[in-house]
Amino acid sequence: MKVVLSVNGADHHIDVEPRLTLLDALRDALRLTGAHAGCEHGVCGACTVLIDGRPARACLMFAAQADGLSITTIEGLASVPGELSLLQDAFCETHAMQCGYCTPGMILSAHALLREDPAPSREKIIDAISGNICRCTGYGQIVEAIELAARRLAGANQKEGAA
Amino acid sequence: MSAPPKSFRYVSSDRRVREDRRFVVGKGRYIGDLAAEGMLHVALVASQHPAARIISVDASRALALPGVHAVVDGAELAAAVEPLMNGLDTPHVRRYPLAVGATRYMGEWVAAVVADTRALAEDAAELVEVEYEPLPFVLDPEEAYKPDSVPVHPAHGSNVLLDRVFNWGEVDTHFADSARELSFRVVWGRNSTVPLETFGVLAQWDPWGGVLDVRASIQMPKYADQIARALRLPMNGVRVHHDVDVGGSYGVKRGIKHTVLAGYLSRKLSRPVRLIEDRLENMRSGDAHGPDRSFDISVAFNQDGVVNSMKMRALDNAGAYAGRAPFQLGKPIGAIVGPYRIKSVRYHAISVTTNKAVEEAVRGFGQSPTNYAIETMMDRVAEACGLDRVEVRRRNLVRADEFPWLIPSGTRYDSGDYHALIDKTLAHVGWDALMAERDALRAQGLLAGIGIAACLEPSGGNSSFEPLLNPKNTTTTWMESCRVNIDALGCVNVAIHTTSSGQGHETLAATAVGEALEIDPDLIRVARPDSLSSLPGNSPVGSRMAIMLGGAAFHAANKLKAKMIAIAAKRLGCAPEAASYHEGSVSFGGQTLAWQQIVEIAHRHYHELPSGFEPGLEASHIMQTPTGEALPTADGRVQMYPCHSFEFHVVLVAIDPELGKPELRRYVIGHDCGTVINPHIVKGMTLGGIAHGIGAALLEEFVYDADGQMMSQTFMDYLMPSSKEVPRVEIVHQCTPSPLTVFGQKGSGESGYLGAPAAVSGAINDATSPLGLRFEKLPIRIAALSDAVARARLQEGKQT
Repeated sequence: MKVVLSVNGADHHIDVEPRLTLLDALRDALRLTGAHAGCEHGVCGACTVLIDGRPARACLMFAAQADGLSITTIEGLASVPGELSLLQDAFCETHAMQCGYCTPGMILSAHALLREDPAPSREKIIDAISGNICRCTGYGQIVEAIELAARRLAGANQKEGAA
Repeated sequence: MSAPPKSFRYVSSDRRVREDRRFVVGKGRYIGDLAAEGMLHVALVASQHPAARIISVDASRALALPGVHAVVDGAELAAAVEPLMNGLDTPHVRRYPLAVGATRYMGEWVAAVVADTRALAEDAAELVEVEYEPLPFVLDPEEAYKPDSVPVHPAHGSNVLLDRVFNWGEVDTHFADSARELSFRVVWGRNSTVPLETFGVLAQWDPWGGVLDVRASIQMPKYADQIARALRLPMNGVRVHHDVDVGGSYGVKRGIKHTVLAGYLSRKLSRPVRLIEDRLENMRSGDAHGPDRSFDISVAFNQDGVVNSMKMRALDNAGAYAGRAPFQLGKPIGAIVGPYRIKSVRYHAISVTTNKAVEEAVRGFGQSPTNYAIETMMDRVAEACGLDRVEVRRRNLVRADEFPWLIPSGTRYDSGDYHALIDKTLAHVGWDALMAERDALRAQGLLAGIGIAACLEPSGGNSSFEPLLNPKNTTTTWMESCRVNIDALGCVNVAIHTTSSGQGHETLAATAVGEALEIDPDLIRVARPDSLSSLPGNSPVGSRMAIMLGGAAFHAANKLKAKMIAIAAKRLGCAPEAASYHEGSVSFGGQTLAWQQIVEIAHRHYHELPSGFEPGLEASHIMQTPTGEALPTADGRVQMYPCHSFEFHVVLVAIDPELGKPELRRYVIGHDCGTVINPHIVKGMTLGGIAHGIGAALLEEFVYDADGQMMSQTFMDYLMPSSKEVPRVEIVHQCTPSPLTVFGQKGSGESGYLGAPAAVSGAINDATSPLGLRFEKLPIRIAALSDAVARARLQEGKQT
């Protein structure tokens, strides 16, 4: 069946089997391989993408169900090739990963959180990433990265030294 | 051995981890991201029986589906490949990628289906009809150990893979001479590391070139060797690509059976074949479970809490095939007394086959279960003597002035200051305040407890446990290599010869080379040649890469630096020893030759090179494991690993007695892994190890029912800690350099995990001791905890 996937601001017209998941469509048809298959039953969060700005499991959704919705993947966060978003840079600053497999999903969950609440409490950060399993880090440096990004966001419109 | 520099330029400094940049933008190159033109996909048919004879495999309906290329069963495969390597001398425990004649655990692969797409392969797999005759089976290791047990491998004659008693020192005398003695049993439940990425492999046979290209999510020593042997290829007919990012491993990503199967299928069909486990296959059939072990311990001690001797019987349930399980009873011999001055040990190590899935190497290689047993022992001794748990440990710890310290089983601990780190950690914690906090929680009606654990992380992994447990194996090296070259434009390039699964080896190698050459590591390129272009190595196992790859990189860079100095010295008209090197320039007598000038001479001016020099600038170093040169003695003593990191855990737990759910209120770890090369990496490994250890202590277990069916097949049954279960962890650092390594570094890849299960168990037992409860099996799951607490309170209510 024909669907239109609107991913990172561009429309993709593709022909899919009805049973094809959104995750497989993104990875195999569009070659956007930043979303990863972890459990394929909706627990681990490695496949997280944003749908209309909210985190969703791409493994639990059919590509056909995403027709017409606005999808953001990790490939859509950096402004231009070679650059990093402020949040991505914060993840590098605190080394908020090891193997990197959960990282795209983790960053997208955090990205959605900071959109909704640019100055989240620690509890809110922990809650926001609780649907993304990380097996490497024990979450400490991930929480630090999101806190750092929030601080930098808060300081972004202030003169240097003012904060 | 180079003397450790006194201070560092780049080592230990707060620098970013270079690998992270590709991961945050989703540009990691994992096996699932790699595709080849004309690639086929594999789905597996798995046994539903814990033990059964395979009467027939009928693939006709599957093969009738358009797009299905082959269905292969064990009979076909066994005729074409060698059995997978068996580390022990047990020739009748034969293991193939697919079951041959009989299945030995529920989930074992019986047939492989190859099709144009994964979905089609799965559809076809459902059409393969296998007729079985169920056979008797055994799941319990004590049952399996009995001489009259059902044998998992009848040709082997019993289920016993390993049954050996080691006597190190005067155990009987020390027991007879000790005032006190106690015995107990603890059980470590079957869990694993369960990386988020499952195992996957892409095999591509070139029938004209005669080379099998392998890309895999692998963390495994001797991988290319084992593929070549199993597939009857010369080793230079196998090319393993190391530039594949591995999505987590922590020991288990050793998919040799997957690789041999995919390699065979690719040769059979002359097409690229990719096999990626789905989560069910990974957990049920991937042969990647961890230790499943009981410990029976007797300990002899004085009334003052000083431990004299220990008898430990460790019985491990290896599952259906040998795998790496028996060796995971061997490595802990290198720290069998933990950080303590125990004079003698009797160690009875038993590994048996059962009809459960196969064990693979798991973070710590058996050390974490052993540490759990040892630390439970120290708590019991303290309790028996009526002494403080910390004080009992202090009385038994090796003292700082006693290193190098030889333990009864033959390993010499390199360095440490255990007392100082414990003091520092308790000062940070505020020990008295923490006790007061526990008591205040108890006064509020909660069950509250404090757990502690002191333990070692043996690091620098070599394979000494292999010759120890298999006399036919006479390996005494477990080398690692690095090559450094400076190109014609003066850029530095470093080659490492392994895949990585998050350990930051590119950052490690660049830091070590930058330190030696005194240039910014960010200017250094790190590449990963494939196995045909690689120097020998043994992959990142046993907390070895900081020591071994860091060491090899540093030595190679120093060789290169010596060449540069010699080249410059000739131009400067001095002896090399008289010239001085500073940040890439070489000086003598007021004259300086810059980096680019030296590069120019090396690459273009042969006439200016010292006599006998080859043109260009290149150096390699193949590093031998420090201390690992001797075979084991006849009585089973061996230097296991060279370096020994130390960690001390303190955890406060509170349990709502109605819910039984433990909440970790405070978690502090004192950590000493010598010189830290990259603080971010060490911190991450330590925090991640603790999270993993919390999982092992409270949540994670592969449970089988009485019929041999594995019950925990999804992430809804096999629970891993989320951000809600892992507390904020405070780290207290100490640095006691190792005298055996180039920077004084020790290993940290298993840190946190080695003591967290013991500490969390100790905290739960402290919390529930007022109710007279003891928890002697991990994981201590909420249901078990709440049931036991409810029963105890009911009993208490009846009595009052």
